[in-house]
Formats: sequence, C-alpha cells, structure tokens
Amino acid sequence: MTAATATPTSNKPATPGAKKPRRPRPSGWWLPYALLAPAVVFELVIHVIPMFTGIWMSFLKLTKAFIANWGKAPVTGIKNYSVALDFNGAVGAALLQSFLITCAFTVLVVGISWILGMAAAVALQKEFWGRGFIRTLFLVPYALPMYAGIIAWKFMLQKDTGAVNHFIFDNLGIGGDKPFWLIGNNAFAAVVVVAIWRLWPFAFLMLMAGLQSIPHDVYEASAVDGAKPFRQWRSITLPMVRPVNMVLILVMFLWTFNDFNTPFVLFGNAQPPAGDLISFHIYNASFLTWNFGSGAAMSVLLLLFLLLVSGIYLSVLNRRSHRA
Amino acid sequence: MHETTPAKVFRIVVVAVLTVFTVVPVYVMITSAMKPLSDVQGAFTWWPSTVTFAPFVDMWKTVPLASYFVNSVIVAGAATILSLIIAVFASFAISRYRFLGRSVFSTTVLSTQMFPGVLFLLPLFLIFVNINSTVGIQLVGTRLGLVITYLTFSLPFSIWMLAGYFDGIPRELDEAAKVDGCGPMGALMRVVLPAARPGLIAVAIYSFMTSWGEVLFASVMTTDANRTLAVGLQLYSTQTNVYWNQIMAASLVVSVPVVIGFLLLQRNFVAGLTAGAVK
Repeated sequence: MTAATATPTSNKPATPGAKKPRRPRPSGWWLPYALLAPAVVFELVIHVIPMFTGIWMSFLKLTKAFIANWGKAPVTGIKNYSVALDFNGAVGAALLQSFLITCAFTVLVVGISWILGMAAAVALQKEFWGRGFIRTLFLVPYALPMYAGIIAWKFMLQKDTGAVNHFIFDNLGIGGDKPFWLIGNNAFAAVVVVAIWRLWPFAFLMLMAGLQSIPHDVYEASAVDGAKPFRQWRSITLPMVRPVNMVLILVMFLWTFNDFNTPFVLFGNAQPPAGDLISFHIYNASFLTWNFGSGAAMSVLLLLFLLLVSGIYLSVLNRRSHRA
Repeated sequence: MHETTPAKVFRIVVVAVLTVFTVVPVYVMITSAMKPLSDVQGAFTWWPSTVTFAPFVDMWKTVPLASYFVNSVIVAGAATILSLIIAVFASFAISRYRFLGRSVFSTTVLSTQMFPGVLFLLPLFLIFVNINSTVGIQLVGTRLGLVITYLTFSLPFSIWMLAGYFDGIPRELDEAAKVDGCGPMGALMRVVLPAARPGLIAVAIYSFMTSWGEVLFASVMTTDANRTLAVGLQLYSTQTNVYWNQIMAASLVVSVPVVIGFLLLQRNFVAGLTAGAVK
C-alpha cells in the first residue's frame, strides 16, 4: 500500500487515531488536497467570499450612488437590520408580511405536495397496465424548465383570456364576475397551486424510490395477519420510507421557502402583496430601489432563519432516531 | 396479490385526479401554440378555431429566440461540464480519503445547499460590477459571468451527490485496480468513473436542467448580449401585443429537449438521487 493515509472510509465511526504518537507523513498525503484544490478555489469564489461580502454589505449604506464604487459607501452599523426589523416602520412591516405569507405558502405547498406525491407513489406501488406511462407522465411538470410550466399557468390564469376562468364560469356555468387571479388576494392561491404543480412530482419521485426498496413479503405477511391497506401504509410504508422523508421534507422546505421563480415568472415586476414571497421581496427591495445594503441585511436574516429551522429539524430527528 | 376494492378505487381516483392536474397546463400549452393570434386575444377556447403552425415560425422573429437558445446551451453546458469535472475529483477525495479539513469542506458544501440564492446574488453582482470598474473585466452581461454564478448551485449539488454515489462503489474495486498496478488516479479513471456512470449522468442531467431553467441570476446578470431563454421568453409579453400563442410555442420548443432527455434518463436520475440522498 503506497498511501497509508488512504485508509478506506466507512460508515463505522473513525478509528481513534488522534492520540497515537506522531508518525512521519506517508508519501501521497497531499493527494486528497490536490484533488480538492479546484473545488476549494471555486467554493471560495462562488460561496465563501460572496457570503462574507454579503454580511459586510449589510452594515453599509449601499445605495445606487455607491454600487460601482463600494469602497466609498459609509458604514451604518446595524441600521439596515434595525430598519428591517422595525415592524412599525414601512420597510419592516412589509418584510414581516412577506415573511408570514412565505410561511403559509411553504406549509401549504410542502404539505400538499407531500400528500399528492405519497398518494401517487402508493397508487403506483403495484403493477398494473399502463403504470410505466403514468409514472413518466407524472414527472413531466418536474422535467419541464421551471419558467415554461409557470408561463403556461400564467396564461391559464389570465382574467379574460385564461383557461381557469373559462372553465369555472363558461364551462361549469357558475354565475358572477370573472376574478383576477394574478392581482389582489387571489394571487396567493395562484402561486400556491402553481408551486404545488411543480413540486409534487419531486416528492412522488423520491417516495416511489423509497417504496420500491420495501420487500413485498412484509406486505404479504401483514395481509395474512389481516391488516387493511391503510393499516399497512401506516405501520409498514410510513416507517420504512422514513429516511427518504427526512431528507425530502427538509429539501422541499428549503426550496419552497426560497422560491423565487414562481412569483417572478407569474407576476413579473407587478408584485401583488398576497404573492410577495420573501426571496421575491428581497429581490425587489434591492433592485427596484437599488438599496443593496438593506437587501443584504434581509438576506442575512433569511439565512439565519433557515439555519435555525434546519438545525432544530435535524436535531429533533436525530434525537428521535437515537431513542428508537 | 389480491387487490381490495377500496384500494382499487383509491388508485383510480388518485391517478385520474393527478393526471388531469398534470396534463391540463401542458395541453393548454400545446393547443395554444397552434392558435392564430385572434384566438388567444379573445375568450379562451379548448381547441384552436383554425390549427396553424405560424406561431412556431413567427416566434423566431418577435424576439431573437435563436440567440437566446445558443446562450442557454452554452451557459448551461459549460456550467454542467465544469461542475462535473471539479466535482469528480473533490467527491473522490471525500469518498476515499480521510484527511484534515474533510468534514469542514463537506459541511460547507452541504450547508450552501440551503442558502437562498438571493444571498449570493447581491454580493456577486456587486463584486462583478466592481471588478469591471477596477480591473476592466466585464462579467455582468457576459456568458462567463453567468457560468460562474450558475456554479453556485450546480457545484455543491454535484459534489454532494457524486460523493454519495462513490461511497456506494465497493472499495475492493479500487484495491483490485491498485493490485493491477494502477495509481489512485488510475483507479479513479478506469474503475470508479465507469462504475459511477449512472451517477454521473444523473448529476449532469440535474445540473443542466437547473441551469437551463434558472431565472434569478439570469434576470440580473444578463443583457441583450447574453440573454438566456429563461429571461428571453418574458420579452414576448413586453411587446405591444402579448403574443400568447408564440410564447406557448416557444415554451414548448425550449422544453422538448430537456423533457425528453430527463424522461429517457430518469432511471439513472432516481438511482443517483437516492444513492446520494438516502444514506
């Protein structure tokens, strides 16, 4: 063996090698660093430096006059943060409202997408004629480029020329005035439905992969014991796909909470307050008013919130799986 | 196995409801792309008054769609290839070696997955603008600048997923290659990479799809010179007429390559995704 550091990694805990007497560096110790070097350089350029720049920006008065010459931007300390968190002021109140809307949006979209994905995965668990075709069909919204699907929805949600109003008022014959879907309070329902349409196939894809790893005999054995399908789902399927669920729900939460594409493509620059999701809000706060310092402070606050939620989520789940 | 009646009803209802939900927007996209302009400007109809393929011809003239197409192919392709090459080496190091800084690196990569894109957008834009004003290298409005920003999401995902995939390849294979006289790089190139092909394909599909559909960075970092499809398609509606039929035709045309690619390779995608995620 040439490289002694090249001990194969495994899922077992690392051997406690720290307290051994210091050995001379074996030849080839640098190899993993050389392999990693390009990735480290790029990580610095695209993530680490921008992140610290962003944090630094959030303490500056970085308005339009200073954007091409940031060295001259005056330091304002925590003013950007205190303005963003002053919920009595206009900026803070708008941010809080956007945050609450995003929370409601995330709960609805992740919850319903998971339910639809699970329902479809269970429905397609057993072999039937046309199963492969249906499965492929269900993946189409996820395979479409994000903006293409959303643009189709945008057309469908037009007030006078759209399919949704045509179906409700002309085909079903319900009386009344055709409402706007992309302006006013209906914008929230619109952005939720479109986001679910795009997200649920991903839940379906992951859950289906999880369901396929469950051996058939488990179901057969429980059927012999008289378990009904719902009982089987609750006692076999749900526990068995738990590892998939843990990752799936976290990923869906982060994607949905950060969702920018859906409101941006659906509403353009005319953001209705009811569809003003947080990423979209920060984007508009930064690029419509060219106040980058304030936008950076809001992004940092958003990041802190996401880290907090993810941290709590992971530690609660880990504690539970240790207890089990 | 015997299927109970409630289970069958459940299956039929779920499949029917979700099929309608999935298909209607796609159906609207396809039929509206074949409508004359007067059809999409009046009340909606489920079928064109006359079927026409004119939108598929006119869409190239209303906005410079062909140049958006070229930009998207180059930018998404470059971001995919670049992140795949970097990720192969990094993932091999993470998967096969224990070394100082390993966990710091993998934690950093994993945690950037959860960061909002907006957090990177503002500083990157500002850095690009200031590089231009001090050094004179233009990045905003160029393909190079866009490729760099696309790495912010494609690189960490590629590293994370490939490392998971490499972990699933037995180390005995590397050892066997070493016995046969391969160095570590030889083992990577001749044994691990061929065995990881489904994973590589999955990572490439995902990177390409995400870059192809990316809107946030593209909306800020592009000008007429490097406009991608994601932003270019929006420009149909800023014309004096909203050419919904041409927008639908263009959406359809830009979707077909990625949808077909994804659906053909979806098995690789699922295998690679679960290998990376479920550990």
